[in-house]
Amino acid sequence: MSKPSPEIQLDVRDLEVHYDGIRALHGVSFSVPKGEIVTLIGANGAGKTSILRAISGLTPCTGAIAFEGQDLRRVPAHRIVGLGIAHVPEGRGIFGNLTVQENLRLATWQRTDKGEINADYDRVFGLFPRLRERREQPGGTLSGGEQQMLAVGRALMSRGRLLLLDEPSMGLAPRLVREIFRIIVDINQTGVTVLLVEQNANMALHIAARAYVLETGAITLAGTGQELLGDPRVKEAYLGA
Amino acid sequence: MSEGIVYWLQQILNALQLGSIYALIALGYTMVYGILTMINFAHGDVFMVGAFFCFLAATYLGLPFAPTLLLTMIGAALVGVLLERLAYKPLRNAPRVSAIITALGLGLFLENFTLALAPYPKHIPPLLENVSWDLGGVSLSSLQVIIIFLSLGLMFLLDYVVHRTPVGMAMRAISWDKTFVPLMGVPVDLIISVTFAIGAGLAGAAGTMYALAYPVIDPYMGIMVGWKAFISAVIGGIGNIRGAMIGAFILGGVEIMVTAFFPSTYRDFVAFTLLLLLIVVRPYGILGKPRTQKV
Repeated sequence: MSKPSPEIQLDVRDLEVHYDGIRALHGVSFSVPKGEIVTLIGANGAGKTSILRAISGLTPCTGAIAFEGQDLRRVPAHRIVGLGIAHVPEGRGIFGNLTVQENLRLATWQRTDKGEINADYDRVFGLFPRLRERREQPGGTLSGGEQQMLAVGRALMSRGRLLLLDEPSMGLAPRLVREIFRIIVDINQTGVTVLLVEQNANMALHIAARAYVLETGAITLAGTGQELLGDPRVKEAYLGA
Repeated sequence: MSEGIVYWLQQILNALQLGSIYALIALGYTMVYGILTMINFAHGDVFMVGAFFCFLAATYLGLPFAPTLLLTMIGAALVGVLLERLAYKPLRNAPRVSAIITALGLGLFLENFTLALAPYPKHIPPLLENVSWDLGGVSLSSLQVIIIFLSLGLMFLLDYVVHRTPVGMAMRAISWDKTFVPLMGVPVDLIISVTFAIGAGLAGAAGTMYALAYPVIDPYMGIMVGWKAFISAVIGGIGNIRGAMIGAFILGGVEIMVTAFFPSTYRDFVAFTLLLLLIVVRPYGILGKPRTQKV
């Protein structure tokens, strides 16, 4: 008897994105089961960021995107976070002129539960003690690793049930990359679903339950993280083996 | 007091009055630039429209000062929001020059629309009883006191809003980079409209106070004052709110000093020379920072 299939939290069907007449995504379909870590790996320019931007409403697209059964394409971008999707964008998107505390506070814009918000500050500062030390400093003065922590902290402040992560390892030293990935796993174990976009295929496939390979705007391979780690095509193209 | 000190105190007082009015208008230029990196060249005409709202409220509605000021600020804020929604928003992703040309066109529209309705200069009734005090030779009018303190009050209020409230935080985030602001759940369009409303509302307040100090108003009164406020914003560092206030008081001071020592016709020439020199020496203004390229 097969296991009952897990509940699908995010379902993307036939997603197409165009930039100035150039098609960046050619009908991408995939789904993210609730509570899992799913990764999209691929080279620079394969369309990974476009997928996340389309989900968050930052980029116009065609196709269907359903989150917990709701069609996202009619929802304005600023409402999507309120539905439970937190997006850590490419390049982290820290507001350099706002303090660390203000960056975190901004992410609570749509929340009204003041007491809970204060508890979440403590939780974020517990995960990232460096941010507590620097809470009054402008975000622009943080190091790359600290900015990545702040970006993840911000996503936690918005209480997303689905976390979209766009290349969290980018520009970080290997030790910091391991730390960020350990934290991603920790966050996932608190029940948050993770959709992780990465060029660092090795790290991503090791923590992902499901993985997709994206090449020039289309999904070319799919499987569990372990299956893709063992796949010769993945080994050759993305693992440098 | 010696005659020299009395003279200087008098000039400083005059400079504060002029600077206050420039500052209230300069804030609108700098806020819109900060959030959209666009110069709203119609802003001086919003100040003029404010003065006409003041005229309407005081003459046709017969309102006293406080409600006149409030109505004028609300009216000007609505005009500001309408300009943004109808004219600038559709051009937000167009080349910058389109927005600038649109702004210049809107300014001409506001001037000529007002001219069509009010072909002759209008007299503002005295809304406040103007009492003059003689402080050891320095003459101080209640009007000056009200203009200076009301303006300073509005400036402190704005500074508080921008630096201490969630709306201000959202404005500052947008001014850094608006791409990812929606990911925080912040409605960017609404915050931009609020920015225009606040900037235009302050220009409306400036229009009211200007009309009280110089009670004959006409549709072209916003052009030169608008330019001066724009210069103030550039001197202080456009996009920087405290800079706009500092720049306005510097320009007000310079203008008063010029008229004190030279023929008053030199005033505008000196003001624009100041702008040109500054652009050469310190193009980003006193408090402005050279924009660093974001990676």
